[in-house]
Amino acid sequence: MRAAVIVFPGSNCDRDAAVALTKIVGRAPAMIWHRDTELPKLDLIVVPGGFSYGDYLRSGAMAARSPVMREVIKRAEAGVAVLGICNGFQILTEAGLLPGALMRNAALKFICRPVHLRVETTATAFTRRYKKGQVVTFPIAHGEGNYFAAPEVMKRLEGEDRVAFRYTSPDGRIDPAHNPNGSLGAIAGILNERRNVLGLMPHPERASDPLLGFGGTGAAMFEGLIEAVAA
Amino acid sequence: MLAKVHVTLKNGVLDPQGKAVRNALSGLGFAGIGEVRQGKLIEIELAETDRAKAKRDVEAMCRKLLANTVIEDFTIEFAES
Repeated sequence: MRAAVIVFPGSNCDRDAAVALTKIVGRAPAMIWHRDTELPKLDLIVVPGGFSYGDYLRSGAMAARSPVMREVIKRAEAGVAVLGICNGFQILTEAGLLPGALMRNAALKFICRPVHLRVETTATAFTRRYKKGQVVTFPIAHGEGNYFAAPEVMKRLEGEDRVAFRYTSPDGRIDPAHNPNGSLGAIAGILNERRNVLGLMPHPERASDPLLGFGGTGAAMFEGLIEAVAA
Repeated sequence: MLAKVHVTLKNGVLDPQGKAVRNALSGLGFAGIGEVRQGKLIEIELAETDRAKAKRDVEAMCRKLLANTVIEDFTIEFAES
């Protein structure tokens, strides 16, 4: 699988993503600077976490309008897998690749801790290696992860099976006590209509090796992508 | 010409910062405080002298960058700079 990680000024999980990809894919991803206007041939583009452009104006707003994103949008429209993690998710919503927006956490605090997530759909390359209803543990580290979308958008996301992950209790129950940021519908990650773009606030790359804890359950996301490319 | 763009959260979108400010004001003893909504003010100096043209330009800026219209509304005022 040919993978690339986009690097913005202020990205800080670009190297975490590169380490995870190198280990799981078996070769290092291309690191693409935000000013680049051409991309090599790719199967996966990772838009990583961090604080691109210092979160100026709104988190993800500047990065979404950077030169490289025009190319990322083109590739996404051509069917290339695009994975936005944390700030990457914010960037994908700002760029219009995913609907809705990520607002300040309901409790106004930056939250850095592991959370439990229920896999809501396996009908995408990103989650095909998980089981529907499986509960995985990934860390979160964000101040603006409170997912919001208009009622008609929420209805479409639910109706089209496009919610990929929800925040739940360790045994997979949805309740406000286990929704860390106030996200509507306890949504932690969503897919685009074509199911080749996933954005999520939690960090699978930081849970991709058993040494990092969490049972290494993040690796299955990248393994699923490799499997889908090979298929 | 100077354009003043006010960006605010749409009605119905929860504003936790506004709520925190409201609680702080009440805590300081200010009575009779209703809802508080927080937004931002962006001032843009423009070379354009035609008001109608400037309005169209700034509206385009708002839609493309300054506001996220999924969650925010904007209003534009002009002043001579």
